[in-house]
Amino acid sequence: MTEFATQTLTDGACRLIVDGDMTIYNALEVKQHLIAAVRSANTLELDLSHVSEMDTAGFQLLVLSKQESLRLERTLRITAHSDAVREIIQFYNMGAFFGDPVVIPAGERQ
Amino acid sequence: MDEIYSVYAQEAREQLTELESGLLRMEAGDHDPETINTIFRSAHTIKGASGVVELPHIEKFTHVLENLLDKLRNNEIGVSSDLITALLKGCDHLNTLIVRVEEGNLEPDPALQAAGEVVAEGLRVFSGEAPKSQAEFPETHTADVERDEAGTAMTDCWHISVRFGQSVLRNGMDPIAFLRYLLSLGEIVHMTTLPDAMPDTDDMDPEACYLGFEMNFRSHADKAAIEKVFDFVRDDCDLHILPPNSKISDYLGLIETLPEESLRLGEILVRSGALTQEELDQGLRRQRVSETIATRVAEEEGLPVPPPPPLGEILVKQHVVQPEIVEAAAAKQKQVAEKKATEARLIRVQADKLDHLIDLVGELVIAGASANLMALKSGQSTLVEATSIVSGLVENIRDSALQLRMVQIGETFNRFHRVVRDVSKELNKDIDLVITGAETELDKTVVEKIGDPLMHLVRNAMDHGIEPADVRVAKGKSASGRVELNAFHDSGSIIIEVIDDGGGLNKERILNKAIEKGIVQPGQNLTDHEINNLIFEAGFSTAEKVTNLSGRGVGMDVVKKNIQALRGTVEVLTEEGQGSRFVIRLPLTLAIIDGFLVGVDKSSYVIPLEMVVECLELQNISQDRNYLNLRGEVLPFVRLRELFEIDGERPARENVVVVKSGSQKAGIVVDVLQGEFQTVIKPLASIFRHLRGIGGSTILGSGDVALILDVQALTQLAVTTEERVTSATRV
Repeated sequence: MTEFATQTLTDGACRLIVDGDMTIYNALEVKQHLIAAVRSANTLELDLSHVSEMDTAGFQLLVLSKQESLRLERTLRITAHSDAVREIIQFYNMGAFFGDPVVIPAGERQ
Repeated sequence: MDEIYSVYAQEAREQLTELESGLLRMEAGDHDPETINTIFRSAHTIKGASGVVELPHIEKFTHVLENLLDKLRNNEIGVSSDLITALLKGCDHLNTLIVRVEEGNLEPDPALQAAGEVVAEGLRVFSGEAPKSQAEFPETHTADVERDEAGTAMTDCWHISVRFGQSVLRNGMDPIAFLRYLLSLGEIVHMTTLPDAMPDTDDMDPEACYLGFEMNFRSHADKAAIEKVFDFVRDDCDLHILPPNSKISDYLGLIETLPEESLRLGEILVRSGALTQEELDQGLRRQRVSETIATRVAEEEGLPVPPPPPLGEILVKQHVVQPEIVEAAAAKQKQVAEKKATEARLIRVQADKLDHLIDLVGELVIAGASANLMALKSGQSTLVEATSIVSGLVENIRDSALQLRMVQIGETFNRFHRVVRDVSKELNKDIDLVITGAETELDKTVVEKIGDPLMHLVRNAMDHGIEPADVRVAKGKSASGRVELNAFHDSGSIIIEVIDDGGGLNKERILNKAIEKGIVQPGQNLTDHEINNLIFEAGFSTAEKVTNLSGRGVGMDVVKKNIQALRGTVEVLTEEGQGSRFVIRLPLTLAIIDGFLVGVDKSSYVIPLEMVVECLELQNISQDRNYLNLRGEVLPFVRLRELFEIDGERPARENVVVVKSGSQKAGIVVDVLQGEFQTVIKPLASIFRHLRGIGGSTILGSGDVALILDVQALTQLAVTTEERVTSATRV
């Protein structure tokens, strides 16, 4: 089971924490949560540090979320990556697409 | 592994059925473009599925079929009877191949292979292709690899560009798996991921794949090896591979081929190091020049300048290089959508699970009856009410459980389109098949077993029934004959009719033949109806000419036996010169019946409720006659007490249950009427198989056994005994 937890941060941004898998098996559910989160706040922080598995379907949904947030002129930041997430983004060479230092956040470096 | 093949075979068979029925519709003059599209899709699905389960020989053969269908779809060739025949032959061969797979033979059979080659040759004649010994799959962009130093790009890497089809993820294949596997052949120097194909957020299907990739790949492997990596998705992706040092024009060609915007692609190529910016600019410039020249030439010759093509056309043009792949992808997409829709409505369940459920429901019915009985005995009105609600529900469950096993007979009927077509060609007769009542439902086991007898009746009707065209015209009938298949429900049975408008049966000939074969004695007094039904006796055949279709004299009695095995009957109604009507009557289901419980002495019997017409008191009857006057109608009857030799005194008041089987009515005399009762048929052990008058047994709520009466046999018995008695007295 993948769990989605939403937090509202003090500065009005929203944080979505995904805990579990992001794969073809739950792609529908993941899409709904991600897109709803993107549309709900001006700034969305994605905490993916608890994503245990991500396949191309899951990755695609990240891309979709990013595109949607760009279209709405909002901000989407991935603030934490699990190994699985980082690995697939690197493999697909899409670090630049998601934009910047966020890919390897300071917190993860330790 | 085996399961994969059985699922494959099942699906392929379904597609094949669709393909075949589509072809027949086309031949019948259906010009709907959707029909040919459906046909093409079916062929394509079979091909794709064969590829996925790695049956290259089937894939190869289907490819030939698909090619021809493609030509047909593009109106490059017209529909003709010969063409359809060739295509149908292809279907037949495909079916043979699939049957082999089902039997577990995955390797092609050389003899079959040769036969397939003949069929394929027949198909290629129409598509105008030169015979080819090798399978030719849609090659993915064959790159020109000849050395041409002047125009080559300065890179030592392969350039791989791949767009995955939308269905790959759903088919359980992840693009990343292929790309990782690619790493086993070499090194991905640069990779660009293209999410451009992704639609708007709301339209985006999270289970579809929209990604494409441009890769610079350094490897010593050859093109075939690289292509092989993508083998599993070959039908489902758009793959272009450019070897190291390809000509710049090849890259430009690639840019044009790909769905993304040219400029963006150009940039990607530059970024990935496949081309330098200079090379790209040079190439694009050259291209623009040639376009300008074309426009100018057009102007000078006074021709209208070709207007900028609309967006759709650009897309099409860009795809033109591989129309097959694009169309296949579109078809696949549509099909996935369709499939998804039907999948939501259908669940595949194993038949034995269903049987088990029905068994349990049967037990539930018995247990419910028992509870009902107890409640009634206890006299507690609340308990009675509760149990009656329960039994109402049980009844509903029973009905829906039985409904699960019900299938429409239409599917069986539709198979006959092909049969009628082939046979009428063979006989050189023009025969139409008319199907009515295709939506009539009956038990699946019955449907499965009725196919063969029906086949025989239909073939017979065409061969013996329908006259040649000249005879028909001379008789004042239309030149084309008509065979009708009809089904409907009638008092708890299903009636299936095979009707033809041919010559009908010749009574005299039947009678002579029957006497000659010793089936009846000369001088035996038979009604017309009885004479006609002699054709169902063993060893009877009236055809003067034995054809390979029918006339060997083994047909009709086998038909009758098969139908009787299903607790059904068959009879023929005919009018000479007008045609014949074969009427098959079958029980709806084999498992549970609504019964009418009656008692004789201490034993109980069940009469199927659908057969019961009314009940009356037996009175004013002379002891030696077995018929009574029912409102001016003669009603023969049987006394169960006598028939089953039950001891004990007759009660003062006996009752008659009037039953109807087919068109015949008869009475069954019993002691007491005990009311309606739903029951599960427990078949009798095989030693009782020859017992007449009893169809099965059931267990009553009290635990007693009740025998289920075979009303048909009893009616027959009542009628024949009575006839015999009356004719004997008359003589």
